[in-house]
Amino acid sequence: MGKVVVVTSGKGGVGKTTSTAALGAAVAKTGKKVALVDFDVGLRNLDLIMGAERRVVFDLVNVIQGQAKLSQALIRDKRVDTLFLLPASQTRDKDALTEDGVGEVIDKLRSVFDYVFCDSPAGIERGAQLAMRFADEAVIVTNPEVSSVRDSDRIIGLLDARTMRAEQGEQIAKHVLVTRYDAARAARGEMLSIDDVLEILSVPLLGIIPESQDVLRASNLGSPVTLSEPLNNAARAYLEAARRLEGEDLPVVVPFERKGFLDRLLGRRAA
Amino acid sequence: MSILDLFKRRTSAPVARERLQVLLAYERRSRGQPDLVSILREEIMAVIAKHVQIDQDYIQVSMDRGETMSTLEIDIQIPNKSAVPLAMAG
Repeated sequence: MGKVVVVTSGKGGVGKTTSTAALGAAVAKTGKKVALVDFDVGLRNLDLIMGAERRVVFDLVNVIQGQAKLSQALIRDKRVDTLFLLPASQTRDKDALTEDGVGEVIDKLRSVFDYVFCDSPAGIERGAQLAMRFADEAVIVTNPEVSSVRDSDRIIGLLDARTMRAEQGEQIAKHVLVTRYDAARAARGEMLSIDDVLEILSVPLLGIIPESQDVLRASNLGSPVTLSEPLNNAARAYLEAARRLEGEDLPVVVPFERKGFLDRLLGRRAA
Repeated sequence: MSILDLFKRRTSAPVARERLQVLLAYERRSRGQPDLVSILREEIMAVIAKHVQIDQDYIQVSMDRGETMSTLEIDIQIPNKSAVPLAMAG
């Protein structure tokens, strides 16, 4: 039985889809069978980030409504042959998803794949709740910034109340993935530190992804950064986060920026 | 304030952390209790308004949730001249 991991955040634009693609590809590269499911019905983007936008024929809603078989809707990645994508529908809205339908699809995927990553839409409404409903684990993508941390806290509350596991009295394993971390700004005390974020959310850390132009370039090219440029900092951080997700005990190193001469001279304190 | 302080930039991250801690402590407490206080306020108002003319502004409903016990405090001010029951006044 495979593991179902929801990638969620509450707030939009923090990097859910990018992180789903990067983590999923990183796990698939190790030989595990991985399915990425886009739950953002009506605003799908995972296909674009994965570079599969021209190969979409059937989607999640088609499978739920019985218009296509799961095997017909799954798109095999051209770079990693254990990596598959189940796209969202672009023409429907989130009401087209039913809980029973989603449950059936997730059950089938779970029996075939080692990992099922559910890319949640932003918000806390139906789409986001269905994306997390059947999850065993959750990756909460958070930017070190007040509104993102607040929304993450709200999502953690939902994970502990509205998931199948929570309702059955079981724990859902939660991990915080801090993205768009700017070491220089954190050193100057202009950005919440990793310790601040972890102390406030009290959820263990999966990894710290530094702010990076490479991530944007990877999106432009339609390739997860862990596949296109596996040696750059952001990709390395994702690859390590994926290993931790698989249970490896790998310490997280907080990226740091050496203080500049002027900072030292003017005695700017680190937060 | 020394002249050196002019060059020191005040950091904003500690302020962010403190604001979040205060806000989230409150939001976590009220989670799963979908605005109980405002529902109570409305229903209590309706009952009292059946018998006495009251002004919305003179009703205070507050709730204090403790670890072992919670208290619900309702404070209704009835101005003397309208304290006459509606049936008699009409």
